Amino acid sequence: MEGIYAFCVGLMTACGIFLTLRGRTFSVVVGLTLLSYAVNLFLFASGRLKLDAAAVLGMSEEYGDPLPQALVLTAIVIGFAMTAFAVILAMRARADLGNDHVDGRIPQTKESARQKAGGQR
Amino acid sequence: MNTLLCIPLLVLLGTLVPLCSTRYSRTACAFLTAALPAVALFLVLQLAPAILDGQRFQTAIEWVPSLGLSLAFRLDGLSLLFSLLILGIGLLVILYARYYLSSNDNIGKFFCYLILFMFAMLGVVMSDNLIQMWVFWELTSISSFLLISFWGHKSDARKGARMALTITGTGGLFLLAGLLMLGNVVGSFELQTVLDSGDMIRASSTYPIITVLILIGAFTKSAQFPFHFWLPNAMAAPTPVSAYLHSATMVKAGIFLMARFYPSLAGTDLWFLMVSMTGLATFLLGGYLALFQHDLKGLLANSTISHLGLITLLLGMGSDLALVAAIFHIINHATFKASLFMAAGIIDHESGSRDMRQLNGLWKYMPYTATLAMVASMAMAGVPLLNGFLSKEMFFNETLHQNSLGSISWMVPVLATLGGVLSVAYSLRFIHDVFFNGEPINLPKTPHEPPRYMRVPVEVLVALCLAVGIFPSFIVGDLLYSASNAALNGDVPSYSLAIWHGFNIPLLMSAIALVGGLVVYYNRQHLFKFQAQFPTNDPKILFERAIQQLVSKATWFIGFTENGSLQRYMYFLMMLTIVVSAYPLLDLDATAGHRPEIPLDALSITGAVLLSLASLATVIWHRRRMVALLTLSVVGLIVTLAFARFSAPDLALTQLSVEVVTIILLMLALFFLPQKTPKESSPRRVVRDLGISAMIGGIVGTVIFALMTRPLDTISDFFTENSKTGGGGTNVVNVILVDFRGFDTLGEITVLGIAALGIFKLIARMRLYMPSSNEQGRPWSSDRHPLMLSVVSQSLLPLALLVSAYIFLRGHNMPGGGFIAGLITSVAIIQQYVAHGVDWIKDRLKLDYQIMIGSGIGIATLTGLGSWLFGRPFLTSWFDYFYLPVIGKFELASAMLFDLGVFLTVVGATMLILANLGQLTTSERAVYEEEA
Repeated sequence: MEGIYAFCVGLMTACGIFLTLRGRTFSVVVGLTLLSYAVNLFLFASGRLKLDAAAVLGMSEEYGDPLPQALVLTAIVIGFAMTAFAVILAMRARADLGNDHVDGRIPQTKESARQKAGGQR
Repeated sequence: MNTLLCIPLLVLLGTLVPLCSTRYSRTACAFLTAALPAVALFLVLQLAPAILDGQRFQTAIEWVPSLGLSLAFRLDGLSLLFSLLILGIGLLVILYARYYLSSNDNIGKFFCYLILFMFAMLGVVMSDNLIQMWVFWELTSISSFLLISFWGHKSDARKGARMALTITGTGGLFLLAGLLMLGNVVGSFELQTVLDSGDMIRASSTYPIITVLILIGAFTKSAQFPFHFWLPNAMAAPTPVSAYLHSATMVKAGIFLMARFYPSLAGTDLWFLMVSMTGLATFLLGGYLALFQHDLKGLLANSTISHLGLITLLLGMGSDLALVAAIFHIINHATFKASLFMAAGIIDHESGSRDMRQLNGLWKYMPYTATLAMVASMAMAGVPLLNGFLSKEMFFNETLHQNSLGSISWMVPVLATLGGVLSVAYSLRFIHDVFFNGEPINLPKTPHEPPRYMRVPVEVLVALCLAVGIFPSFIVGDLLYSASNAALNGDVPSYSLAIWHGFNIPLLMSAIALVGGLVVYYNRQHLFKFQAQFPTNDPKILFERAIQQLVSKATWFIGFTENGSLQRYMYFLMMLTIVVSAYPLLDLDATAGHRPEIPLDALSITGAVLLSLASLATVIWHRRRMVALLTLSVVGLIVTLAFARFSAPDLALTQLSVEVVTIILLMLALFFLPQKTPKESSPRRVVRDLGISAMIGGIVGTVIFALMTRPLDTISDFFTENSKTGGGGTNVVNVILVDFRGFDTLGEITVLGIAALGIFKLIARMRLYMPSSNEQGRPWSSDRHPLMLSVVSQSLLPLALLVSAYIFLRGHNMPGGGFIAGLITSVAIIQQYVAHGVDWIKDRLKLDYQIMIGSGIGIATLTGLGSWLFGRPFLTSWFDYFYLPVIGKFELASAMLFDLGVFLTVVGATMLILANLGQLTTSERAVYEEEA
């Protein structure tokens, strides 16, 4: 079980990072969301995986580690606030700058520069 | 308050006086400025008799005792001597500057800087703590920078100031490193402890490094070779500054440092060789350079370098008597050099030039000033009956008795005599070239005597030169003795301050120096011709060139790393992550640990496959944003299930409700953003990013696998054991949140509230184009609020609120609590917004979400503060069981009140974000007038 759990966390991290490296704000926000899922799972798993061991006294034989759970619980809520802030910032940037590129301007690639030159001719 | 602390504090207070009094006349400003330093001087003089009797005053206010940091001052003989110089000459300089500065200069600003410097310098000499001493040391560099650049419109002033700051500031960093290491060796930053543990320091293995670092600090400050070049360039400062900082006080800080740490660091070959050779080289070089200056202040600056070298040489000779001579010369040099600078300033002020090729024959125009200047420069040359003669005799005597160079020790007295010859020659040049030697040539003004009171400071100093020269032991005997006593940390050798020691070799050396100086000066034309053959290397130009190169390199580097592209920053950050996180993994022997793994089952595999596919789909379809959002929500749901599967019901509930809110938020945002992402990454970029993300994913997977397969040593047992007895709840996760780690939670809801308010402000002035159709041009549905949805959701609302209340109330004992209940309530309200629209809700639901956030955080904080009423620490929780008929036994806990605060904050924050964002899609959106 630990193996596939670790695989999933790794994969989600990789997907999240790839998307945060993209050039448009919405992709970055989606990437951040994915990354925060992965981080939450990661932190949660630092208390080790246990089946049927909710940390409620008297409910089960043994208890899972409650500390990472408490930390992750607040992390989920704060993660939401962060995602919200990022996406609103993205909207504001689009409103003020006129595009949704993370750099605030569409970078000049060789191709687009050529097209521009062609258009002028 | 004790007197000792008052001395620097009064001066610090004095920095404000000139700023406040600058609107009055210049005389009033000068007198008001002088008042507080004068009081400080009076206080020092009051303590002086006790110090001369051998006492030492110390005072300290602890700041961070564990780091050895404190505000500690001391006044012993050495500090007393320097304090008198700093305050005494400082007061004279204030009087002088009042006449020197023109009415165009901002005299308040000037005095403010000057007093700031005075404070810093007093701090250096009175510090009883190494770190504190360093802070003041740097403050002298900074105030010196401000003073040199006082005439900021002059390029020379700016360049000179920058050079001085660079050299002395860099030296200061070396000094800091040295002092930190020194404190580390001794185990204390207290000065007295450091002075008392000289043997331990010299025996430690880091002694050579400490000594070199501290000496670099001292040498840069005191303009010793090869750092001497900043001092002549600092002459761009107004002359009162040159007289005060760059001859009498600041440049002596390096000397002071060497004298201060003499008991701790001196006494080894390293010290003797480094200090004495540097001093000797500086002594000769400064004298030689002084001879060829045409600028009056340039001559004096180089002669200052030379005399500082002389003092350094004395400190490096290794005999206690040489130290006494060094301290004596500090006093003498301060008096005659400050007066010479002031005289030079007067000449400059009254004749308009400092060039000695123009200035000739001024004797006729200003005989009185000329007499004063001539007496001072004779003191500089070492003519009998003046103070310079006495310390120079002592210096010659010491050079004869040292043997640190073994069989070539005889060279030292010979070279010292040569230095004496040079100093007589440049002193003669100062006298003869300026006051005699024909008539002035093309002077801008006709020279005349200065105002009466501008001469007073010079008169006082010259009188001191004479008095010390004639009655040495009467005037400075006690002061010199107690300063030497402090510098040596006890055991002053016997010495005599008499004028006449009989016919001996030092007297012969003095005579040779006088005659030699005359000869050299007489033949100066040949020397000037010889010197003219060398190409002139202006250190200012060389230095500027080096600085320019550094600046252009730095600019290039910043342009490369900080080009304003988030993508590039992310790339650097990710690369750094790889390096930092992968490196420790190299030391891990095996990926898997020994903890037994949970066997796989079909359900988990299905979940994992779904999760992987959904994550990959999000990446693959990330350009079609709506689709990516749907796959993202699949990922979120499976994460929720994973929490539920691995025994975290609270997390599952939280994640589920956050998931709903997040996806709604992103869909709303998508309404305003483009629906598709254009393809713009180059194939190379895609491959690079794939590589980076795969690396990081691999590392993260490895770390978490290695972590999970190793046994756990947790502190959570404490929480599990005390949850019921100490926190009154069986749901340990909730008890941790509201009780054990309640302070963290308080911080977290505050962050949540701040984020929501930030978003509120971002939305408030947003001007966004509202699309009426989607990307394909299909208009949005006109039926915004379908009847079916409205009816169903309206009837669902009480149910949802009931569930929320239930979840909230049971939270302490069963999965649930304020966070989850808050999110469920938010989802229920959002549903009403979706079903009915903003207008409809606005009429019916009168909730101010900002007040809700505020009251939530307020309730949580007040709950915490409530425990203070019972004399308990912040956020101590209370609980008890009660019995009511019908309901039965129930529990009340202060933690529930805290949880209510959490609940309110979560609802308020979530709704503030979503309701305001949702409002943008309606006619309710605020309309701002376009600027006409």
